[in-house]
Amino acid sequence: MPDTTSMMPQANSVPGPIIRAEKIEKYYAQPSQNRIQVIAPTDLSIVPGEIVALLGPSGSGKSTMLRMLSGLSRPSAGQVYWHERSIAGAAANVSIVFQSFALFPWLTVLENVEAPLRARGLPAATRRERSLKMLDTVGLDGFEAAYPKELSGGMRQRVGFARALVVEPEVLFMDEPFSALDVLTAENLRSELLELWTKKTMPTQAVFLVTHNIEEAVLLADRIIVLGRNPGHIRTDFKVQLAQPRDRKSEPFTQLVDYIYKVLTRPDVAPAEAPEQSGRPAVRDQRQMRYQMLPHARPGGVAGLLELLVDKGGREDIYRLADDLTFEIDDLLPIVDAAQLLGFLKVEEGDAAITERGAEFANSEILRQKELFREAAEASVLLLRQIRRTLVSKSDHTVPEDFFLDMLDEQFSEDECQRQMETAVTWGRYAELFDFDAGRRRFVLPDAVEEEAGTRDEAGQ
Amino acid sequence: MRLQNTFGRSLVAVRNWPVFTDVVIGACGLAIFLGMIRMGTYWLASPMPAATISHSVRALPLYAFYSIVRIGIAYLFSLVFAVAYGYIAAYNPRVEAWMIAVLDILQSIPVLSFLPGVMLAMMALVPGHQLGIELGSILLIFTGQVWNMAFSFYSSLKSIPREMIEAARIYRYSAWQRFWQLEMPFAAIGLIWNSIVSVAGGWFFLIACEMFPLGNRFFRLPGLGSYLQTAASADPVDMHALLWGLAVLVLIIVATDQLLWRPLIAWSDKFKFEQVESATRVTSPLLAIFHRSSTLLRLPARLWVSLDERVCKELSAQQSHRAMRPLDDDRVSNGRMLQVGLGIFGALLAIWGGTAALHLLHGVTRGDLRLLLLGAAATFLRVNAALALAAAWTVPVGVMIGFNPRLARILQPVTQVVASVPATALFPVLLVGLTRLGGGLGVGSIALMLLGTQWYILFNVIAGAMAIPSDLKEAAALYRFTRWQRWRTLILPGIFPYLITGLVTASGGAWNASIVAEYFHIGDQTLQTLGLGAQISAATDSGRFAILLLATVLMALMVVTVNRLVWRRLYRLAETRYKLEG
Repeated sequence: MPDTTSMMPQANSVPGPIIRAEKIEKYYAQPSQNRIQVIAPTDLSIVPGEIVALLGPSGSGKSTMLRMLSGLSRPSAGQVYWHERSIAGAAANVSIVFQSFALFPWLTVLENVEAPLRARGLPAATRRERSLKMLDTVGLDGFEAAYPKELSGGMRQRVGFARALVVEPEVLFMDEPFSALDVLTAENLRSELLELWTKKTMPTQAVFLVTHNIEEAVLLADRIIVLGRNPGHIRTDFKVQLAQPRDRKSEPFTQLVDYIYKVLTRPDVAPAEAPEQSGRPAVRDQRQMRYQMLPHARPGGVAGLLELLVDKGGREDIYRLADDLTFEIDDLLPIVDAAQLLGFLKVEEGDAAITERGAEFANSEILRQKELFREAAEASVLLLRQIRRTLVSKSDHTVPEDFFLDMLDEQFSEDECQRQMETAVTWGRYAELFDFDAGRRRFVLPDAVEEEAGTRDEAGQ
Repeated sequence: MRLQNTFGRSLVAVRNWPVFTDVVIGACGLAIFLGMIRMGTYWLASPMPAATISHSVRALPLYAFYSIVRIGIAYLFSLVFAVAYGYIAAYNPRVEAWMIAVLDILQSIPVLSFLPGVMLAMMALVPGHQLGIELGSILLIFTGQVWNMAFSFYSSLKSIPREMIEAARIYRYSAWQRFWQLEMPFAAIGLIWNSIVSVAGGWFFLIACEMFPLGNRFFRLPGLGSYLQTAASADPVDMHALLWGLAVLVLIIVATDQLLWRPLIAWSDKFKFEQVESATRVTSPLLAIFHRSSTLLRLPARLWVSLDERVCKELSAQQSHRAMRPLDDDRVSNGRMLQVGLGIFGALLAIWGGTAALHLLHGVTRGDLRLLLLGAAATFLRVNAALALAAAWTVPVGVMIGFNPRLARILQPVTQVVASVPATALFPVLLVGLTRLGGGLGVGSIALMLLGTQWYILFNVIAGAMAIPSDLKEAAALYRFTRWQRWRTLILPGIFPYLITGLVTASGGAWNASIVAEYFHIGDQTLQTLGLGAQISAATDSGRFAILLLATVLMALMVVTVNRLVWRRLYRLAETRYKLEG
């Protein structure tokens, strides 16, 4: 007979954290002795009665952190404890709500929700009863026999919630649960989730939410942790003491949002005062970076941002910019980073300020823009400069992609290398620094430049 | 639960289906029972290697039955093997690369070369019963069917989205539940389509391996293949029997398509991994009947559910199941023993095989070797000639059909049936015609290979032409492309990936067909031409195993080399440059 008591909430009997991570880190060993650090050693705990939100730019290892804490993924070093016992051997009672829902399309809604209970060996009648009740709770009464593909995105995520909650998890993990939904649906689901949580309809002790939406974090969380990248580390960790329900328009709310924006947009500056801050700056940037990390932005995006900035008088709050563009901050930041890298704008106090060259760029026509871009890129981006130099100096003016990948992979993970290369190709093509033959995976000099390459070559040396 | 559901029999009182169905179901049950008895007595009888084949039409149903049972059993073996092999390969990174390489090589080795070895081994294994010979032929059909199914299952497993695997892990699915709720449904569609291809391939080999000489012995199993072949090699040719045999074969193929594959495809629609429901669906009237008469499925379904419940409950009670293993651990802890075991086994096998082969090769003279190389060259030319000819007619015709949806709707089912008639069955008919026309087997064998392989190309070209987006076609029309321009810039690049897929499949098929196509018994005489396939067949006939081994290795080498050097590169080109993004 399966032990059902273990699924019951045990709030009062067990004090202390439910999950406690001690110096967990994640790295991938490389063939050479280098290793790629994804997450620096980090301490973190999840205590009963809290909604914790984990914020951070893409590439800061938010999802990796979630998977390590939930026991899905084993830290490369350090330990995760479940009620002070190693999580690897413990029957940790957790659930995950996934960004892509991860429902089984060949099972009906009811079967999807029943599946975890079946894995626990509950008899059919109990399974059905508990699943139906949970479906009722999330507002899916009457949809038991439908297949997920017949439902809208919001409905599908409700099934995801029902499936996660039906096992009565002590900790509910959520990996960007609302980011695949449209704005209205997401808003609706968020408030319903909050209602379940505050009214204790939800049999859950703690919620751990990974998100890139700052407002979502401030709206829901009792505690916010902001991650930085290269490698992932906690930049700040503070409590949110606004009373629920929270008003987006209220002064404390916007102040908090503004504060987080400032932290996120200034990765090089240690975060200033935070309300109730208890952050451990476990930053470990020990390796000398040869290559700067190219932000994954398109030149067209940079141009668009600069033109918008000129319209705004050359200076604007980044948070406002994102709002004007109805961009998620996660989508805007790479563009800002790119413009900053190229020396077209500066970030000061959460504001983006255009530089002289940025203004010239924004006001020029396309050919001049390309010229300015080329100069800036060649001056400030090592990888682009190297590709160009190598092409010019080789007699056949072509180099395989692998040549540069080999150099990059000392510093970046495999996926990141590919992305770096893609961005480099986009930038290089736009700037007409070089061309890329995707069929042969080789860089080549554009025809027009090839003839003059000889003369340039001499000048360049 | 309501009372009425607990007793299956109480439902019988509520009659909602006609008596006719009862009678049919009863008759089917009786037939299955009698068939089993028949098969059992036949298998356990003392072996009679060369059954006498009656040319009477009345004997046909029994022969057809024997052949179907052979194919069915071989298919079931293939299914089980493919699933097991794919599963082990996908979940044991230490052996994965090896297992996939083995698969790649095995599917390039001509199956028919194994015929003598497998037959002798099986007869030694089950002495004194017909079952031994039968198992031999079943095993041969199996080796013709299994590889692509294993590949399909393996690649399905590898492409399961990460979050689905994580969901299964976080909710503590047991291996059992994961298999039935995640892996099998995810792989089902690929498995079904590959089963169709495999069973068609199975008929090809069945017809070739039901009747053959081996050294000084002659094997003939009662079956459709023997029937067709004896009819063709009778002197004079028994046209009447030949045509009847072909008719029965076509009937079986059409029936399998309608009664088995179409319902399966329609049913598997629910396993499509899609977020929105698609508009086009395959329909099957038979499946609809099945769904309506739910009683038919109720008993097996109930048995299944109770088994499933029990297993789930049993597994969930184990402590090891209740703690979650991190996903990264799968990569490390698994398969160490397996790898060592496989390594030792592989090494022993290689040593034994190497010494045995060297021993065997003592008797090969330089003349033999020269002949083999010459034959290899001749067959190589023939295979490529057949491919070129096939492409020459299928590309224009396929594009025409593909561009015309109405035509496609009419012609596709017809060509599908025509294509699934195994080429080996048509060889005798074609040969009779060829010899009457006075053509030699040198040219004739090209025609035979063509017959077996052109369909793969045709189907792929049709699919490719249909996949070209209509806005591209409209653009070509709008800018008044000349015919040449249209082909060069739109059609050929558009169908390129499909054409390559078709050509790869066809090339493999042509090499295999060469064994049957270059060497043929008709009446009392043996037709034969210079070629590697002919040498394999002749060596089988005369029991010269050294030559057989050399020729087989040579052929496998050529197929693998051509695959590596030509097809794989073209494939990559097709995937990178000529891929139409959806």
